[in-house]
Amino acid sequence: MADLKKTPLNAAHRALGAKMVDFGGWDMPVQYPSGIITEHQAVRTQAGLFDVSHMGELRVKGPDALKFLDWLTPNAVTKLVDGQIHYTGFLTELGTFVDDLLIYREAADDFLLVVNAGNIEKDFAWVKEKAAGFQVTVTNESDATGQVALQGPKAEGILQGLTDLKLADIAYYFFTRGMVAGKPCLVSRTGYTGEDGFEVYCRAEDSELIWNAILAAGKDKGLIPAGLGCRNTLRLESKMALYGHEINDEIHALEAGLGWTVKLDKGDFLGRAALQKAKDAGLPRRLAGFRMLEKRDIARDGMSVVKDGAKVGFVTSGAPSPTLGQNIGLALVPAEDAKVGSRIFIEIRGKAAEAEVIPTPFYKRS
Amino acid sequence: MFPAELKYTKDHEWVKDLGDGTALVGITHFAQDALGDVVFVQLPEAGSSHAQHDEFGTVESVKTVSELFMPMACEVVEANGELEAHPEFVNEDPYGKGWMLKVKVAGALPDGLLDAKAYEAFVSAESH
Repeated sequence: MADLKKTPLNAAHRALGAKMVDFGGWDMPVQYPSGIITEHQAVRTQAGLFDVSHMGELRVKGPDALKFLDWLTPNAVTKLVDGQIHYTGFLTELGTFVDDLLIYREAADDFLLVVNAGNIEKDFAWVKEKAAGFQVTVTNESDATGQVALQGPKAEGILQGLTDLKLADIAYYFFTRGMVAGKPCLVSRTGYTGEDGFEVYCRAEDSELIWNAILAAGKDKGLIPAGLGCRNTLRLESKMALYGHEINDEIHALEAGLGWTVKLDKGDFLGRAALQKAKDAGLPRRLAGFRMLEKRDIARDGMSVVKDGAKVGFVTSGAPSPTLGQNIGLALVPAEDAKVGSRIFIEIRGKAAEAEVIPTPFYKRS
Repeated sequence: MFPAELKYTKDHEWVKDLGDGTALVGITHFAQDALGDVVFVQLPEAGSSHAQHDEFGTVESVKTVSELFMPMACEVVEANGELEAHPEFVNEDPYGKGWMLKVKVAGALPDGLLDAKAYEAFVSAESH
């Protein structure tokens, strides 16, 4: 426990009565006293504030930055304009995942890469290694950077009271820089919940001031602090991938349902050959969204999908959905079982429990 | 958090001796707090018989699942049907509305059950 990493907001979480857990080597709040369901519903109907300072920030700068990233990652980096963001991955030669990430284009020669907390060192080494031969510098700004995510339909109204930036002008997956609560920040209209909202990047030393300022600004608007527990149920309802679950170094981008991030026609990139081959051959397995037919059956991460007594797949994520009131999940299954309407069986404590493949995302904001 | 009139197990169940050969069984405040929001409780049928330490059901929360173990040999008289519609009672009132089973006990409660003080010492050691 002693060597768990702490975000600059660790003391603030403890003061709020958070239940702390080891999340990929970080001491993070899984929930506050209000509980996962209440926090989940607050984000869907009002607003929730998350500490995401554990996320990593890598910066790639230099004359070859654009060319390098367009080769390193499968999405079309050349299509980004200054101030725009997209979701993408670091892929191996096999098209499987080293990590998933957001790329922020500051300028044609300056990009911010936001990566998963548990993968910072691995990613930093990966990007530096692959950068050999390109005129770029790669720096790890993670420790110097704090980040909070304000998510929910009330997010814009709450944050607008703390900044002169015109938040309504920031489109989805765009960002800008300006002062928030008197401190220099990067503000992006992004998130991992399926709701409208913002991610606010600041200097690590300003994190607590910004956290407290946002909580105070939202106090009368239904804002509550929200932990990693509801972050998981929110992202699952919205079918957003989680590294180590839907994606890892044994699952490639197409079978993970992330074909939309893979631009096979953009020119060469790392993993392209393998993904083209996989596409041409047809995918033997796919990610399917399902709901359990019985209320008592809750599928959990890692459970087997079984057919005629044999394991044919596995659950990548499973949980009760607070919004739907159903037990949902995602599973990698044989392609023929991934169609909407298919019935699949999940082994729960020795019993084959029936589930129906249903359309995803499970939840989409109106 | 740990009422003095109850007995406890290291599996985090509590037992309330009703003094008439029956007892109530539930999970402790420590257990419900560790689980977080409870969404489903699976309990055995009335009339079923169980040995001490038998797994008798499961509690599902949003983030995890936990098995339930019998504190003593007994026969189930009644399972708390209210929990079907209100699993949150387990969080809100673990020693009251969140009770799980009413059971018939043959003889006295086993010696191995912990009193409140011993259980509190046990959980405080476990959470460090």
